[in-house]
Amino acid sequence: MSKDELFLLDFGLSPFCIRVRIALAEKGLQYKGQEEDLFGGKSELLQKSNPIYEKVPVLLHNGKPILESTNIVYYIDETFASPPLLPACSYGRSRARFWADFIDKKVFDGGAAIWRSKGDELELAKNEFIDILKKLEGALGDKDYLGGEKFGFLDIVLIGSSSWFPTYERIGGFKIEDECPKIGAWIKRCKGRESVAKTLPEPHKVCELVGMLRKMHGIE
Amino acid sequence: MEDGLILLGYNISMFAMRVRIALDEKGIEYEYREERLDNKSPLLLEMNPVHQKVPVLIHNGKPVSESLMILEYIDEVWKDKPPLLPSDPYQRAQARFWADLIDKKARLFYEYYSKYPQCVIVVFAELIAPHNAYFQIYINGGRRVWFSKGEELEAAKKELMDGLKLLEGELGEKVYFGGDKFGFLDVALIPFYNCFDSFESCGKLRIEEHCPKLIAWAKRCMEKESVSKSFAVAPPSMIDEYILMTRKKNGNTE
Repeated sequence: MSKDELFLLDFGLSPFCIRVRIALAEKGLQYKGQEEDLFGGKSELLQKSNPIYEKVPVLLHNGKPILESTNIVYYIDETFASPPLLPACSYGRSRARFWADFIDKKVFDGGAAIWRSKGDELELAKNEFIDILKKLEGALGDKDYLGGEKFGFLDIVLIGSSSWFPTYERIGGFKIEDECPKIGAWIKRCKGRESVAKTLPEPHKVCELVGMLRKMHGIE
Repeated sequence: MEDGLILLGYNISMFAMRVRIALDEKGIEYEYREERLDNKSPLLLEMNPVHQKVPVLIHNGKPVSESLMILEYIDEVWKDKPPLLPSDPYQRAQARFWADLIDKKARLFYEYYSKYPQCVIVVFAELIAPHNAYFQIYINGGRRVWFSKGEELEAAKKELMDGLKLLEGELGEKVYFGGDKFGFLDVALIPFYNCFDSFESCGKLRIEEHCPKLIAWAKRCMEKESVSKSFAVAPPSMIDEYILMTRKKNGNTE
């Protein structure tokens, strides 16, 4: 195997996979990839590389699998030093990890609660989701990026989910730029970045996927 | 805000125990402050407003929360002391992956142990064995638990043992999960050994018969001063008291 062969087991619309693709782009790394069919049948390579969860993303570096998207981003940052994604100081890094953990635990599931429900449950889910974004808005403060002056690790962790936000907005009947204007502005700012603009999928594709999932779950 | 190191914890919190073990392993001096979960201190609320949970490590007035994040922080700041994480990025990724798996499932366990005592096996199965065909456990608003006794409980016991075997497989022939040295993943997992007795008596399991390496590992860890010192402040009877208190608080009289 040639030096530094990177292979990504991917799913275009997954916010978790998007993170990894943006991180690779930020580092200017070349890689090959394979789109997994999560509904039709997972590849042998995925099953072998991630036998416990059988989930994407999986990054194979010279054949060795690294699992869990945030973990993969840490790995990319530690293995390919330039440009650094995490802050230099230990305290800054611990804050970045804290908020990445918060995003991991709350954002995707919070959004899923929106598309999985209707009626009163939907109203509750919407309010909880807005609350989550408000906390992130607090973390952003008046900074340009979650990472501070520069786009970094934490921005990468959250921005992938933003391609799902229009779908949540449509189903929940709210607008993020009204409820959390700083987050709205941050999203626009990040989309101006090449690595993000090239990687984020078109929101209508997410809408289609969620529509399919809602039918599967008998919600519409 | 004072300088130095303060750890906000709770006696039986396995997450706080991880931090105590790590600090002792590194020989770091700190002040420990016991929190009351039913009456959280203003300091805890100020230092961890998002989750309002222990453990929180306050270093020169600045808070670090989430136990695994605290371990990484300790490892970075006290670089001159023996490292917890391996230096190789791939091995670090492996350690983080397994610690995260334990962490994910441990949270489920904590929330449900107090609500459904007969479900403790079910929960612990979910702790270690993510693929269970017989039941689904959800957490948070709008979600529900469904399970029934008898068959499902037996299935859950099997899942538990399969899960523990997964960990046993990861340990392999190593002395510690970290290899020759006690490290990050050992610290992450060992506090849960405190619960093994409860599982065994609840579910009539004999973990040692099925996972002898894991039990041997746990006993090896217990020989370490940092570990035995932490366990000494949280005997199993205290865990039962905590469960009772939380169940009463939840209005669960089962």
